[in-house]
Amino acid sequence: MSGHAGRAAEFVADDARLHWHDQAVWFVRNKRDVARSFVPEWEELRTLGSQIKAHTLSRLPDYLEEFEKNALAAGAQVHWARDAEEHNRIVHGILSSRSVTRLVKSKSMLTEECGLNHYLEERGVEVVDTDLGERIVQFRREPPSHIVMPAIHLRKEEVGQLFHDKLGTPAGLSDPKALAEAARQHLREKFLAAQAGLTGVNFAIASTGGVVVCTNEGNADLGTSLPPIHIACMGVEKLVPSPRELAVFLRLLARSATGQPITTYTSHFHGPRPGAELHIVIVDHGRSRILVREEYRNSLKCIRCGACMNTCPVYRRSGGHSYGVTVPGPIGSILAPHIDPKKHADLPFASSLCGSCTDVCPVRIDLHHQLLAWRGELSRLGLVPLGKRIVSRVGGWVLLRTWAYRAFGKLMRMFAPLVPNPWTRQRELPPMPRESFRAQWRKRVRSR
Amino acid sequence: MSARDEILKSLRAAAVAPAPLPDVSLLPAVRYPDVRDRFAKSVVEVGGRCVALAEGDSLEAALQAVPEYAASRKVASLVSGVAKANVDLTAVRDPHDVRDVDFCVASAELGVAESGACWIVHHGGKNRAVLFLCQHLAVVVRGATLVHNLHEGYARAAIPSPGFAVWLSGPSKTADIEQSLVIGAHGARSCTVFVVG
Repeated sequence: MSGHAGRAAEFVADDARLHWHDQAVWFVRNKRDVARSFVPEWEELRTLGSQIKAHTLSRLPDYLEEFEKNALAAGAQVHWARDAEEHNRIVHGILSSRSVTRLVKSKSMLTEECGLNHYLEERGVEVVDTDLGERIVQFRREPPSHIVMPAIHLRKEEVGQLFHDKLGTPAGLSDPKALAEAARQHLREKFLAAQAGLTGVNFAIASTGGVVVCTNEGNADLGTSLPPIHIACMGVEKLVPSPRELAVFLRLLARSATGQPITTYTSHFHGPRPGAELHIVIVDHGRSRILVREEYRNSLKCIRCGACMNTCPVYRRSGGHSYGVTVPGPIGSILAPHIDPKKHADLPFASSLCGSCTDVCPVRIDLHHQLLAWRGELSRLGLVPLGKRIVSRVGGWVLLRTWAYRAFGKLMRMFAPLVPNPWTRQRELPPMPRESFRAQWRKRVRSR
Repeated sequence: MSARDEILKSLRAAAVAPAPLPDVSLLPAVRYPDVRDRFAKSVVEVGGRCVALAEGDSLEAALQAVPEYAASRKVASLVSGVAKANVDLTAVRDPHDVRDVDFCVASAELGVAESGACWIVHHGGKNRAVLFLCQHLAVVVRGATLVHNLHEGYARAAIPSPGFAVWLSGPSKTADIEQSLVIGAHGARSCTVFVVG
């Protein structure tokens, strides 16, 4: 077994961790439900969010031009990158031309997607991730396992051991408060020593030319108010028309992500600080290819709240690392195949198609429909394993013919327990009924 | 062709059918019977403290009742009437100068009842870092500026350009270790909001 199933098998091998992870992530889903219950207009708000994104995507080049014009007027410098490589080259160019060797970063899934840290480290730049969860996984030299809670897969004892090794905290210390304090002290030094700060962008406002960054820790604000250079990296899809529309997304984002009414810091950057520089790097990296595909276009509405992960029964029980991509879970499973359909062909199958992701998505992305659309497309591309293809083909044939369906049902009632089936590896197959539902129903109607 | 032109060209080539921009102002957004009461509760829910001051009450006296303020040695203030302020923020030439500030008092132009968020605008200068480097923070907001929800907030907020502004909602926090909430991640360890008048 390889791919998602193989990596998931490793994760579920530790039964206690599996159940703990499941509960920890579900806890966040519950907090979202509570937060949502305090907003009577929640469903209308989701619809608005979805419609605003649809509108913005329909006029994306215009909004990008408007944004660029206003950002330049505010004093920012704007760079454009076609792909990850160009993005990394631009960021490195800004840093190297100013002799920067110490960079602090706040959370940016885009730079993860582009492999920026590795690129810069190879070229002699010390990159420090300053979000606590990201710092933890950076110390462990592993990617985040969740886009909002990067270290959700780890127990506090493991973080304690890690901090003991890296930061010299007392052996056995595992109190989250004490560990967070140690990280605060450690990262304060990094903030004060940094020569440049890099952030992601949650929203870019076309009408004002500003970028908005949301954090709870305040790390983006420290990273951008101390060093003289701020680099903000954003995908082309981060645009909103004006502050009026921004309000809709800010009301949706934190409630969907963690159950908070708004993030602790929602910072609006328009141009650089006096005497400093602000560079905005606008990145395509495959997004224009998604925009072309109408059936997948909605995935560009994503505001990266992570709600689809928190609710997903597969994500909760297989862990973020099992997906093998920067953005895991349902949204990651529909984004990754655009980049490399062959490599990520198994991700759209890492779902029960229960639709819970679609139900919680704050911008109403039709996640489970897109997962299904990908299955069909990957099958047509010949990227689905033979076994799955045969089962689908036979299943489709049977379901189209009533007589075959009845005959097949009879066969299965007799032989299902004897057929090898991966589903039964961890589960008991229920006993087969002696009669079909149709036969039972006919009897019941007759006896009335 | 430049990256910019190529990206814009490929986005234009997608030729997405026009979709209308919905009118956000038509949304029946939540409002509360008592906006001050809801604001105070929200501030507490996001980990802060909320203190009501009558018009003419002494801010300094109210601050003295905040234990972190009473214990602080270096105090910076972006508002007048803070007697203990002993850091001259106008003299800051390098943001690193304010690294050891214990307590900072800032003012907000608006407060949002649904989230306890305060709209703090930084008016130029090199001392912005004090808002985030200080160990403890107090925010002064006028009661008359409180609004029900974020839509009303943006309708009134003037976003400075060039400039910086932030919705600040309670003290800095993290739950990155086992979903256990810890107050005081990188920014202020406490946040006291004074609602005046």
